[in-house]
Amino acid sequence: MSVTPTGRVVVVGASAAGLAAAETLRGQGHTGTITLIGDEPAAPYDRPPLSKEILSGTWSPDRLPLRAPADLDALHLDARYGCEATGVNISESTVLLADGTEVPYDGLIVATGVRPRLLPGTPAHALRTLDDALALKDRLGPGRTLAVVGAGFLGAEAASVAAGLGTRVTLLEPAPVPLAHAVGEDVGRVLAQVHLDHGVDLRTGTGVSEVVPGGVRLDDGSVVEADTVLVAVGSRPNTEWLTGSGLTLEDGLVCDEFCAAAPGVYGAGDVARWHNPLFGTSMRIEHRTNATEQGVAAARNLLGAQRPFAPVPYFWSDQYEMKIRAYGHLRGHDEMRIAEGSLEERKFTAVFRTGDRLTGVLSVGMPPKNTLAWRQSIALRARWQDAVPATSTGAAA
Amino acid sequence: MHVEVDVPRCVASGQCVLLAPDVFDQRDEDGMVVLLTENPPAELHDAVRESATVCPAAAIRLEQS
Repeated sequence: MSVTPTGRVVVVGASAAGLAAAETLRGQGHTGTITLIGDEPAAPYDRPPLSKEILSGTWSPDRLPLRAPADLDALHLDARYGCEATGVNISESTVLLADGTEVPYDGLIVATGVRPRLLPGTPAHALRTLDDALALKDRLGPGRTLAVVGAGFLGAEAASVAAGLGTRVTLLEPAPVPLAHAVGEDVGRVLAQVHLDHGVDLRTGTGVSEVVPGGVRLDDGSVVEADTVLVAVGSRPNTEWLTGSGLTLEDGLVCDEFCAAAPGVYGAGDVARWHNPLFGTSMRIEHRTNATEQGVAAARNLLGAQRPFAPVPYFWSDQYEMKIRAYGHLRGHDEMRIAEGSLEERKFTAVFRTGDRLTGVLSVGMPPKNTLAWRQSIALRARWQDAVPATSTGAAA
Repeated sequence: MHVEVDVPRCVASGQCVLLAPDVFDQRDEDGMVVLLTENPPAELHDAVRESATVCPAAAIRLEQS
């Protein structure tokens, strides 16, 4: 079921995915009302710089808006910022807002994103919004101590920036090797060593049970002291407002390969779990690039394009002097090989096999264009034995 | 259509190069965006608009006439 060019579209979620959807609707000639609902007071802004340029102070917040005011105005949106959607009535086709109003729609795009998982105990810092980033930034610098719980991408980036500002950082990670589930153990060990080389006290195999005044309590009962605690232990999809709506919720809003959750209802961005036909699996991706690509795809399909959303996911991460870039679906891979460079020199291209296919590539310190060439092989469903030189070195995952 | 790129914002994702290779390229050494033409022909406008929308760094700005 698609929306006519004059139909009313409601987009819930005013960040990268929601904005991309709204912009695409207009770009495709949609003239009907587009209501963009966001719970944060600001117009759409960019999140990746929060743990990078904003936290380090190299950018001021005025660089964060995703579009200049004039470009937003040109979209003629019914923008409702600082406004929370609390429910949806699928049979009546209305979205319910916290202030009690109902917004009717002919098409709905759900792009409500995720929020940080918390730990029990004393409230601690998280890093998802601009306010979060500014509050944490105020706590960094020489003479300060910071405990970061979780050495995933967000925790690693924050630790890297904090250490760079002279903060004494303890980085606590329950897994034996950080990010092993995402990038494999060999690459994970390289990333771990870089923390240690920069004076960050990385403690792996260390679970945290709660935040306490002046630090965190570990699973063994001991306390790591810190002036400030950042909890970076992953996210939860914002789907509670859809509970009881009849939409399928299962670690995200469940969508088909067209990003459709129900007739006329589409999901996009961090909140959406959809079937990616390129990899033949269901996935929910919390990466910036997916947010915009899926926002575009959902909007087009809402207008009737009927095009499967089959992207090669991409992410990047800045940690210390390293630029990490990856394309594909690395999780659950069977084998990793170094196709170029070496792990020891921290300049390498690692390729990943799942079954008999090349499914991922991750590079550190290599020319991005080389990585893009590997991406094309992934998009073309290249067989591993055809795409990867037999001379590559590597290890099974 | 007039295209501008904000190179310091670029994160070298290559999305624009994949969508509109006649308009965007990347520097060999660091992957930063290179604008090949500021005024692309009409047949490329859809691809350029999509590039601006999907750019994960919001580094592409269009003046549309």
